[in-house]
Formats: sequence, structure tokens, C-alpha cells
Amino acid sequence: MLKDFNPAKNQIFRVIDNFGEVINKNYFPDLNPDTILKAYKDMLFARIADFMAVSFQRQGRMFTFPPNYGQEAVSQSMALTWNEDDWFVPAFRELGAWLAKGASMKEVFLYFMGYEDGTVFKNAKNIMPISVPIGSQLLHAAGIGYGINYNKTKQVVYAVVGDGGTSTGDFHEALNFAAVWNAPVIFVIQNNQFAISVPLKKQTKSVNLAVKSMAYGIPGILVDGNDIFAMTKAMTVATDHARNGKGPVLIEALTYRKGAHTTSDDPTKYRTKEEEDYWDQTDPLKRLKLYIQKNNISDLSDEVQLIEEYKKEIDRQFTEAENYPSYPLEDAFKYMYVDMPDDLKQQMNEHEKFLSWREARK
Amino acid sequence: MKVMNMVQAINNALDIKMAEDRNIVIYGEDVGVEGGVFRVTENLQQKYGAERCFDSPLAESAIMGTAVGMCAAGLRPVIEIQFCGFMYPAMNQLITHATRLHNRTRGRYKVPMVIRLPYGGGINALELHSESMEAFYGHIPGLKVVIPSTPYDAKGLLVSAIESDDLILFMEPKRIYRAIKQEVPEEKYSIPLGKAKVLNEGTDITVVAFGTMIREVQKAMVMAKQAGISVELIDLRSIYPIDKDTITKSVKKTGRIVTVAEAPTSYGIGAEIAAIVNENAFLSLEAPPKRVQGFDTIVPLPKGEHHYMISPEKIFYELERTVKY
Repeated sequence: MLKDFNPAKNQIFRVIDNFGEVINKNYFPDLNPDTILKAYKDMLFARIADFMAVSFQRQGRMFTFPPNYGQEAVSQSMALTWNEDDWFVPAFRELGAWLAKGASMKEVFLYFMGYEDGTVFKNAKNIMPISVPIGSQLLHAAGIGYGINYNKTKQVVYAVVGDGGTSTGDFHEALNFAAVWNAPVIFVIQNNQFAISVPLKKQTKSVNLAVKSMAYGIPGILVDGNDIFAMTKAMTVATDHARNGKGPVLIEALTYRKGAHTTSDDPTKYRTKEEEDYWDQTDPLKRLKLYIQKNNISDLSDEVQLIEEYKKEIDRQFTEAENYPSYPLEDAFKYMYVDMPDDLKQQMNEHEKFLSWREARK
Repeated sequence: MKVMNMVQAINNALDIKMAEDRNIVIYGEDVGVEGGVFRVTENLQQKYGAERCFDSPLAESAIMGTAVGMCAAGLRPVIEIQFCGFMYPAMNQLITHATRLHNRTRGRYKVPMVIRLPYGGGINALELHSESMEAFYGHIPGLKVVIPSTPYDAKGLLVSAIESDDLILFMEPKRIYRAIKQEVPEEKYSIPLGKAKVLNEGTDITVVAFGTMIREVQKAMVMAKQAGISVELIDLRSIYPIDKDTITKSVKKTGRIVTVAEAPTSYGIGAEIAAIVNENAFLSLEAPPKRVQGFDTIVPLPKGEHHYMISPEKIFYELERTVKY
């Protein structure tokens, strides 16, 4: 299938249209109705969580937050494909995938309140932390892929980068190293059209981003990233390719960041209403909902009630995050090294002496 | 006992550790088939196979970044960055990930990586093959920086570096790779990280140096002896953490200190040591701490490099001035 859609010809892989009608039956992924319904509910949960996170941030209760809404299908397609043992190497806008891998909203909130604890994702197996330096995380994926081949553990690495990240040297180096090493890595570009304020046409002269795969001698496919079925099918085929020792695959997911880059950004400065309206037609939840209703999987009449339940749950987790213990001084020091130098212990001890002195003066 | 130079001693340490631990993989530019441009990894690919010792594509950022991923996947990579001046493309991965992954994940992922980095000038090389940037590596939180000055120390310190669960930058004084030969045990031994070594006990002045400069100080000490100056020489061996106790104890005895390093003077190791001495042995000082370091210039190409490099005469000159202060 990876050969059926040629990125050099700008062919876009789609399975459903904007109205939830199947337009490419031959490539419909192997998903049963229950799984499809659950996928919709998970995407809905992620969207509600996202709206609430932005709102909490606006109330000054988190220092920042990068909104995900509009891009839920990309995360969900990985969640529908990977095994528990597989690796996930995220950037920083993969809320649905974090949750699917085993992270909690509480942790996500904690991270954006300012605790490293929130990016450990300790209940998620084989997940890397949130990566802030753009594009840099892809090299970790290539290295993990080397380790998988070395130990013959048959896992697959799912690594995500944004469209802006494809301009970095690390993007090029990661695809090249992974290809040379035949590492089982699926590189997923969340092409949400903007790197903060800079549109894709200012990032590249390439016809699209998937076409870059050709330079590394690996398969690449351009996918409608708001089409959960196309994304899941592409992800499944890529996973088979990687798991069977054929090396990396590049997937470009065409999507749209409906929110701001982070809560400190103002998208009205660089986007038009017309553009936003166009992408609204392609919304991944809207399309999946139409598919579910048209195919009698569910009438989703319980959606309002579901949303109320989700809100309660998210609120509960946010309250837990807000009541998290304050950040002890020791935590700034104790993870710097496995074997902490005496000097560093001394810096901490001396600062503690100062703190006691200050306390005594009160 | 076998006589080895530093290249052989480092190779021997790598060989011993690779035999012991299958999780150790070695890679970098030309380290496989050729055994490295300095032959430090010679025969390791033949002995352990191309999965464990191999040539990576040519990209330092990727060498560093993939090693971070390998650590997360449970390997213990020993990477080679071919020359100190080639480290710069890898600085982003070093600072934003390698030094941070353990802290960022609150200890979930360790980074038991060793970065081998030949450093220093005096080898008639091209541009960017001669730097000594240990000070800024010492400044990066999350990194430990080791520099040996002898074959014996190189082996023992490298064994400790590889066995450490922390990220270690192991800087190798390439100018003396083959210049010093020494009896080195063939069996495994280790030298603890972070401890300086008093190479020569003396009473008039303390000299702190490391790596290549140890040999230059020892030449200066011949002149000092003729001038009746008794020098206590400390080989730092570790840039971070720095052994404050050994330095302080020595200066309390001698009352004077000269630091010697090839790197630019400003913000260098000498400045750090002067601060340590001021904080810990201020009242013992008979003279201001003196730095004998490189100029704050780019290391000139070979025809001009002699202006930059620190000679034993220059060390003796500053040593005598400090004693006579």
C-alpha cells in the first residue's frame, strides 16, 4: 500500500470524506465497531480535556499549555495501532497519545503547572518525556530503534515531529541514521500548517513533507491526518513494515491546529477566518461522528451526558494536580546525577542553612 | 607488566569492559573498520562485531542524540566525537537532552553514556582540531568531565567512567596519546572519579594542572628545582566535580598557587580554582593565585600555534614570579 500513494505526485491518502462517507473501501482499516466507538470517545475526552486545560491556563492556574484540538486523529491512530511494549517518542502536542499510552490528565496538568513529575508518565510503558527542543527527539527514536534491533525485541518506535521540525538538521539526521540502521521507527509529521506563526510554505520548497522520505530511501506517505481511518490504516501498514525488519517509514499527517501554538500565542495575527472555516469542514471528530451515526454503530445520543462525565473526571484530576505537594528544594538537586558530587550536596546544604536562617528571622 | 601508551591503555579498558558487558556499544566516525583516526578503538570491531563497534554516518548531533535514545533502551553507549572542535554540532543534544534526561524523568531513565573526546593543541592540525574547551563542559549541569594525564590513569578512569551510571565526558589529551609509555596492568582496575592526585609533594608553591599540561609542568619543575623552588604538583584528573579538598589542603601548606591549562584564560579552570582557593584558603595565601593559560584567542594554525601553546619556560617564569611576589 505504501507504494500506491506517491508523495512526489502529491497523492493524499483518504478513506472517508468530510461527511463520514467511505470513499476508499479497499483501504478501510481492520477495526470493529466497538473499537471505532471507543476511539471516538477517547478523542472526545482529549478534546474536552484540551478545552478545559486552555481555560485553566486562562485562569492563571497553569503557566502554559499547547492546545491539541483539531489534531486528535493523529494521536488516536497511534493509540489504535501500537502494542503496549512499543515505544512512543513525543514532541509536546500529543495529548491523546500520551493518555492512550498510560499517562493521566493529572500528570499533563502537573507538567504545565511546572513539575517535572508530570512528564515522567510512570504508568506508561516505554514512553519518552515531553520534548521541547524542536525536532531533537527524533534522534532518540533512531537510537531506541537501534537498541530494539540490537536486542531483537521486535518493538516499534512511534516518533512525532511538527511541520516546523522538518526544517531542523536533527530531522534529516534522524531519518538518515534510522534508514542506515534499518531501525523500526515510524516518523510521524503532524503537519498542522503552522510553526507558531510561520506557515508551511515558508518552511520548505518541497511539494509536501512526505516526499522527503525519498531522499533517505524509505517509504513515505501523505495522509489526511483528520481522517482517523486513513491514519490508522497508514499507521498499521507502516507498523508491519517496521516490525518485519524493513526499516523506518515517514508519515505526513495533514491536519490543522485549531487552537493557538501555546496559550501565549495569538493566531488571529497570522490566520484568516476563511482558512479556519475550510479546516473546520475537515474536523476529525465531526467526520468520525458522522461515520458512526451513518453506519448505525451508535446514535451518540449520550454524548451530552458523556461530556458531563468527562468534565467531572478532568476537574477531579485537575484538583488533584492543584493539591500536589509543593516542590521541595531537594528535588532540584537529587536527579542531576545518579551519584551526586559532594559539591552539589554542599550547595544544597548551604542553601538549607540560609533558609533556616531566613525562617528564624520571621 | 606490559608497557602501554595512552592509546593502548584506553583500548585495553574498552576491550575489558566490552568483554564484560554486552550492553556496551561503541560508535562514531571511523571507529569501526579503521579503529578510529587515532587507532584508539583498533581491533574492537574485529573482536566484538560490527553491531557493537561501528562507523556511524557523519553527523555529531546524531551520534549524541541517538546515544540518548540507546540509553533509554538500556544500552551503555561509548561514543567518540573525533575532535574537540567537532563537538559543537552535538552541543544541542548534549545540553538539551543527554545532561537532562535523568533529571527530566526524575531518575526513570539513566544516561550511562561515555563521550570520548580527544582534545588539545600542539599536533600541527587543521582548524578546529586543537581546542581545549573543558571549562565550558565543566559549566554544564548534569555532566561529569574527566581528563587523564597518563596511560595508567586513562585506563583506570575510563573503566570507572564506563561503569558509572552518570553521563561522563572523557577528554583525551591527544598530544600525549603516544608520547608517554608506562607499565599498565593488563587486568581490570579502576580509579575513582572526582579525585585529584598529588604527583609531587612540595612546600613552596602548588601547581594545579591536568592532561597534556602535566608533562609541561614537570619540565618546568626541573628548572624550578635548579632555582631552589619546591613544587607541589596536583593532577586534577576531574574537571567536574573538582577536588576542592586536595587543592585547599595543598595551598594551606604552600601558600601559593599557579594553575596551568591550555584553554583561554577568561572564565577558565584557573578562575574556578582561584575562587576555590579564595573561599577556602584565603588566609594562607602569600601571593595572588596565578593563571598560566592560553590567550583569549582562537588557537592559531600550525605556523602560529607556538605563540599560543604554553611552554615549560612560561610556566617556570610565572612560578618564580609568584614565589618571589
